[in-house]
Amino acid sequence: MWTERIRSRAVGALPPEKLLPDRQPAYVSSWIYVFGVATIAALLVVVGSGVILGLKGPAWWHESGVGKFFNSIHLWAVEVFFFAMVVHLWGKFFMGAWRGGRAWIWVTGAIVFLVSIGTAFTGYLSQQNFDSQWIASEGKDGLNSVGIGAFFNVADFGQMYTWHVILLPVAVVALVVGHVLLVRKHGVVPPYAAKVARAASAKEPA
Amino acid sequence: MREMAGRLGPLRGGLAAPAVFNLNSPAHYVHWHFFQMSVANVILIGLMIAVFILALVIPFPKREIEK
Repeated sequence: MWTERIRSRAVGALPPEKLLPDRQPAYVSSWIYVFGVATIAALLVVVGSGVILGLKGPAWWHESGVGKFFNSIHLWAVEVFFFAMVVHLWGKFFMGAWRGGRAWIWVTGAIVFLVSIGTAFTGYLSQQNFDSQWIASEGKDGLNSVGIGAFFNVADFGQMYTWHVILLPVAVVALVVGHVLLVRKHGVVPPYAAKVARAASAKEPA
Repeated sequence: MREMAGRLGPLRGGLAAPAVFNLNSPAHYVHWHFFQMSVANVILIGLMIAVFILALVIPFPKREIEK
């Protein structure tokens, strides 16, 4: 049956000890490896504060003290999200993290970075203030100039808000889940030096 | 202007809350030949580079080796 085939493939690719490991290679013992999970932690705060903002509405986040607080939490969690993601990107670039069959980990990471930028930009358009109106009026010219203004109308608040609170966050979370599962499947990329040392030791006579 | 902002209710946004920094002035920019960037972005990129370097050089706390 197709369910059995999918289950066999899933468990074969990601057995429980790989999916939720309790130990990592020695080279992971460095601060440069914490920025991926820091990005995910910030994403959780972004989504959580965004859910509260969405439930309470713009009058609340503009007028009440608690609303302004959650509005700021949402903004600063996004700042931490991008800060940690860029440091994670730099670290993985210099590690050559696409090596050893990990190309799709790199590709999904690059795509989630681009989609996140779109999510953040639609957030600017969802503020419901003069700032968002000014950004929309500036942004429409750029998008019209590349021919997508009819499909992605930044002056249409309803469309931008839907992109910001549903479509793009679902895409970001789905891509992050796929990214993490691929990391679990292939393991954390070994440093260049460790690869060289292993190759050298493999050539030594027993 | 303030009276008009008051009548606009939820749309008045930033005018109601005092900011830590005075945001009612044009942004400051670093301009050197072809390079032009706001001071805020220059500081942010500098911080990211600093954190990146610190993450490489600061030793990670080690757990005791399990027997």
